[in-house]
Amino acid sequence: MSDVAERVKKIVIDHLGVDAEKVSEGASFIDDLGADSLDTVELVMAFEEEFGVEIPDDAADSILTVGDAVKFIEKAQA
Amino acid sequence: MFDLSGRKALVTGASGGIGEEIARILHAQGAIVGLHGTRVEKLETLANELGERVHIFPANLSDRAEVKALGEKAEADLGGVDILVNNAGITKDGLFVRMSDDDWDAVLEVNLTAVFRLTRELTHPMMRRRYGRIINITSIVGVTGNPGQANYCASKAGMIGFTKSLAQEIATRNVTVNCVAPGFIESAMTGKLNDKQKDAIMGAIPMKRMGTGAEVASAVAYLASSEAAYMTGQTLHVNGGMAMI
Repeated sequence: MSDVAERVKKIVIDHLGVDAEKVSEGASFIDDLGADSLDTVELVMAFEEEFGVEIPDDAADSILTVGDAVKFIEKAQA
Repeated sequence: MFDLSGRKALVTGASGGIGEEIARILHAQGAIVGLHGTRVEKLETLANELGERVHIFPANLSDRAEVKALGEKAEADLGGVDILVNNAGITKDGLFVRMSDDDWDAVLEVNLTAVFRLTRELTHPMMRRRYGRIINITSIVGVTGNPGQANYCASKAGMIGFTKSLAQEIATRNVTVNCVAPGFIESAMTGKLNDKQKDAIMGAIPMKRMGTGAEVASAVAYLASSEAAYMTGQTLHVNGGMAMI
């Protein structure tokens, strides 16, 4: 797992209080990890802070899974 | 009841009459209190009187950068703000037909926009900690209107709508958002009224007297407490029966 993926996973675990094994690449924040809409906004803000990237609202709307977040951040940093 | 030991509170406009009383009562209930204001000397006098557990945060709320810096500094210096009391407010009264853009803008900027910006700075950390109390000091005239105060009434009515929206968004995080709406209270703001205006007001108040800052502050202490956990999006009216809503 890449460095970005590890850090994303840690943020998700900390924020949502879920077990590490549940946080797979395909896990949906809302459907699989029990996040509500406010959680997803908070996660996006946490990703922005951790990685120093800006995630515009329309991009944030398309980040539904752990893998989506990793892909977006890796692309933004490239 | 209403013990605030260990809680950290930021009170804006603490150099004014009502704000000073709010700071006093929160401090008396055990909170660590951050005093914001524009008159540094008054803040220092109050801080000296209160003794320990007090911080001073001078800032101009008309300046957006200063509002942001105030939020950041209070969060850092107090070690997390649990209780935010948006009390600071100004008036620039005048009949509507002659109200200038500047008088409108100045009142909305301090009374409403600064509340939005400061609250935004401090809400996210409260959500993360799963605890917070946001208390906005509005006014009875935000509900009833008042001739000569179109700008002030608009800002105070706006505050109530702002409170209700935010309360709904963050209720699941145990952050409550409420308003306290004072009626006519002895303060510098009502001190500007002439005797004729005061007589007219007394006629409309069943208690036949003005309220005190401490009577408003008591409602704030309740909303700031953990006992008020199930109160959110509400407006507590402290007005001697002047308007029963």
